[in-house]
Amino acid sequence: MAGHASNQIDASTLWGGKISPFSTSYGKLMMWFFLVSDALTFGGLLVAYGFTRHDAQDAWPIGEETFNSLPFLGHGYPLIYVALMTFILIVSSVTMVLAVEAGHRMDKKGVIKWMIATIIGGFFFVGSQAWEWSHFIHGSEFGKVELADGSQAIVKGHFGEIKSFKVLEAGKHHKKGEIITEDLMHQYQHAVVAGNINNSIVTLHDGSKVSVDKAADEHMELIIKKDGKKYKVGDHIKGKDACNQYYDAINSGTPRKVIYGANLEENEYGPQQYGQFFFFITGFHGFHVFSGVIINIIICLGVVRGVYHKRGHYEMVEKTGLYWHFVDLVWVFVFTFFYLV
Amino acid sequence: MLRDDVIEYSLDTHHSEEQGKAIRKKIWMVTALLTAITIIEVALGAFIKQGSGAWPFVKWSFIIMTLLKAGYIVMVFMHLGDEKKSLKYVILVPYFLFMAYLIFIALMEATAVGNAWETYGG
Repeated sequence: MAGHASNQIDASTLWGGKISPFSTSYGKLMMWFFLVSDALTFGGLLVAYGFTRHDAQDAWPIGEETFNSLPFLGHGYPLIYVALMTFILIVSSVTMVLAVEAGHRMDKKGVIKWMIATIIGGFFFVGSQAWEWSHFIHGSEFGKVELADGSQAIVKGHFGEIKSFKVLEAGKHHKKGEIITEDLMHQYQHAVVAGNINNSIVTLHDGSKVSVDKAADEHMELIIKKDGKKYKVGDHIKGKDACNQYYDAINSGTPRKVIYGANLEENEYGPQQYGQFFFFITGFHGFHVFSGVIINIIICLGVVRGVYHKRGHYEMVEKTGLYWHFVDLVWVFVFTFFYLV
Repeated sequence: MLRDDVIEYSLDTHHSEEQGKAIRKKIWMVTALLTAITIIEVALGAFIKQGSGAWPFVKWSFIIMTLLKAGYIVMVFMHLGDEKKSLKYVILVPYFLFMAYLIFIALMEATAVGNAWETYGG
């Protein structure tokens, strides 16, 4: 295969400056050089992540604490979703290498079949990432809480369902005695963040005051992520004590004692940089996947039109294949260092 | 569009139906291996808690398994294993040297910064 070519080239070509030192075509070589530089970018990002994490020590969230949900099934499935994403990307990498293999046999139909499979896999991955981002941004039912001593804790456990609100004092949209059964969680979290809860009486957006009918929370546990006067990073508070401290913060009537989800300024999972790294690294990778899908579609159209068959070789498929495998390669590292370790 | 500057190298990778069979078999073997490694990683991550006694061992096995996976992807899927030796090393050696240096220096610096925060407050 590659490597024998230099022996076959006659002397005039050899000395005429037409030979590649690596016995590969210009295009493939440049793709490799681009991939090395792109790998350095991702390497730099992951090292920066490692630096920040190493520096923050125990305050850093653990993958299985943050990523434990599945679509339609709720919580309690640590890492299964990302493992699924990883598997989807590996499979799409396999279908890509099969497309390249078919290209080496000049099997046009095979190339088309496997490239379409790769594109579908790519869309599945991008879609999964969209779900994961949405879930990360909206956050959990408990959120992150700031306790009375100034420490901050993430909350684990089962959130008791909110069944209804009973209006005690009328506002703009609700009459006294009315039972509200819609959009409860959203209104409740809104009131929590705004600090509109006093002694378990919630003041809604329209000014009506309501009492909450809510099932009891179970297995509640607070894990301290920021030092306070009493609690230090890594402390665990369990059972009744956890429940009391959490609801004391909610009932304090102070805004932003509890926050939900994540944005670039704050997040419920850990230090500020955690959210920023999550958005930047998985976002940058997701952007690569997306552009990879687009490039694959363009090349696939070329294959269908017979451009490469006429050219006598399917090297363009090989080159987009290199890029696509690289995207998979990066994900292998992101998966380990962001989710596992 | 015939481009005489690339054609002989671009044709080098062509292979026959029989060779294709062997290559495809290798691809599926590697697929099975990568899947198995991913399953092992997730199982370890889900069942062994960070900070437990076995954790340092698990952490290093994650890193080794990741490098193994990366190796198979680069060498088999990206065909770097089939390229000329010189190309292989031009790609790999500078990258590994630079990354090893960067990781070393960043972790040393992170420890120092962490200690400074601890000593002088934050």
